[in-house]
Amino acid sequence: MADIFVFAETRGGALRQVALETVAAARQAADALGGELHAMVAGAPGIGQVAESLGQHGADVVLTVEDAGLGRYSPEVAAATAARRIKDSGYRVALFAASAEGRDLAPRVAAILGVSMASDVTEFTVDGDAFTVKHPAYTGKAIATLKLTGTPAVISVRPGAYSATEATRSARIEAVQPAIDPASARVKVTEIGAKTAKVDLAEAPVIVVGGRGLQEAGNFALVEDLAAAFGNAAVGATRAVTDDGWRDPADQIGQTGRVVSPTLYVGVGVSGAIQHLAGMRSSNVIVAINKDKDAPIFKVADYGIVGDLFEVVPKLTEEVKAAKARN
Amino acid sequence: MKIAVCIKRVPDTEMRFTIAPDGKSIESAGLKYEISTFDEYAIEAALRLNEAQGGGEITVVGLGPAGLGELLRRGLSMGADKAIHLTADEVPVDGFAIAQALATALRDGGYDLILFGRNATDTGHGTVGPMVAQLLGLPCVTAITHLAINDGSGTAQRALEGATETVTFPLPAVLSIDEGLGRPRIPSLKGIMAAKKKPLDEQPAQLGPISLTLESLAPPPERPAGRIVGEGAAAVPELVRLLREEAKVL
Repeated sequence: MADIFVFAETRGGALRQVALETVAAARQAADALGGELHAMVAGAPGIGQVAESLGQHGADVVLTVEDAGLGRYSPEVAAATAARRIKDSGYRVALFAASAEGRDLAPRVAAILGVSMASDVTEFTVDGDAFTVKHPAYTGKAIATLKLTGTPAVISVRPGAYSATEATRSARIEAVQPAIDPASARVKVTEIGAKTAKVDLAEAPVIVVGGRGLQEAGNFALVEDLAAAFGNAAVGATRAVTDDGWRDPADQIGQTGRVVSPTLYVGVGVSGAIQHLAGMRSSNVIVAINKDKDAPIFKVADYGIVGDLFEVVPKLTEEVKAAKARN
Repeated sequence: MKIAVCIKRVPDTEMRFTIAPDGKSIESAGLKYEISTFDEYAIEAALRLNEAQGGGEITVVGLGPAGLGELLRRGLSMGADKAIHLTADEVPVDGFAIAQALATALRDGGYDLILFGRNATDTGHGTVGPMVAQLLGLPCVTAITHLAINDGSGTAQRALEGATETVTFPLPAVLSIDEGLGRPRIPSLKGIMAAKKKPLDEQPAQLGPISLTLESLAPPPERPAGRIVGEGAAAVPELVRLLREEAKVL
């Protein structure tokens, strides 16, 4: 038997996009190994309602861990419950999303099981007794190929590396008891504050990034306006900009910030320092607007405009609005 | 508080980065090493916690070859009180093997807090901190951006995708530190002089068995050469046309 375990991440009672991506990765592994895909969800009573969606995306069995104390992520309960199930059922592989939650959870599960793990992988294949995984190392400057031996193989999958796929089946539901009482957990999430209603960097299909070329914090309005014109865009910033306090450090894209791979990246007044490129070079389409024709960002940009951003960006905002209106 | 900060020695790849002919390591000629970025933030976080509380003891702990010693000294010159060097010829990529060595070294230290950086800037797995917590049976919060400690318990914030999470935990605990708690200080001359007299204890690392190994390193896929659509605002209509018709992203 070579069944696959996947921890499907939820927030506020709903599946996150990374959950479906991880299920897609698990489906490929289950098909390769000829086993079933078992997806665990933990949450407040009623979380089982996500089972249908998990089935549509490829889960054969949905393991529901329901408790009034699990309305928010409980690292200790999630880790103990996932580890106990993985051990008892002898899964060959246990997959997690390499999201903020999954990066917190997966290493705990691996340590409880007494095995190593591969983290933040973009690709994995079964290779006899071992798994071969690819993982961006040196903050994206190189792709490391790693070999992971041991059972179960605990792997976390980089958000965006796999696409959610329809693989409809009607999943069986199995209730699983929490391995420890959620009320006794030591680490408690007391609050989840949405920063704003803005589109999140990690999941935004379009990201508009402002750099030093904007000259001052107030000019970020140009970037905001362009993002608003796209409608589905998040706003990011370079390190120079967050260091100067123009934007929240959480908006920083690059070596010490977020690593993103949107469908469309638009850099406004971004020169393209190597540390920034490390955080965005895997974007599908890169657009750069910069007055310096020798700026390194033009080397990675699919489309560049050399010019004064204070003239180019308002015009682009207007044209994008017009294009969206025609759609 | 008694705080341990675990640091990793990593190559400084900001200026130069070339994969060596063996296809598994990076070119070592002229390479400098530094404390991994987030680990240095963790040292700073420890210093600020104890400065705010008026005392305590900070131990910097690292695992690696001889060259790690000078980086442990740097931690001491920033203001840590002592250092532990777990000696190993090289640092494996297997986080669990490292976690076992650290857990063994830290278990009986009586630390109130054990701090890590969010992840190392070379391998970037971010697994060692939570693994050590699990091995020691301690509460753990990862990727912290804000932290307050009061009367034996802590409140931390961590950045989720699109949200901020507030977490409470009792001490002792294991924490991993993101940016946001304060920029690491540059050691003063006085700090550098004082560090020379601070204790640096060496002991062999008791690494766990290895089941994750590096097979090869390759450059990321090259992006095809881009094109300059044009100059100034006049180029915008052509850019929008390309985004619609060629790239199909609008």
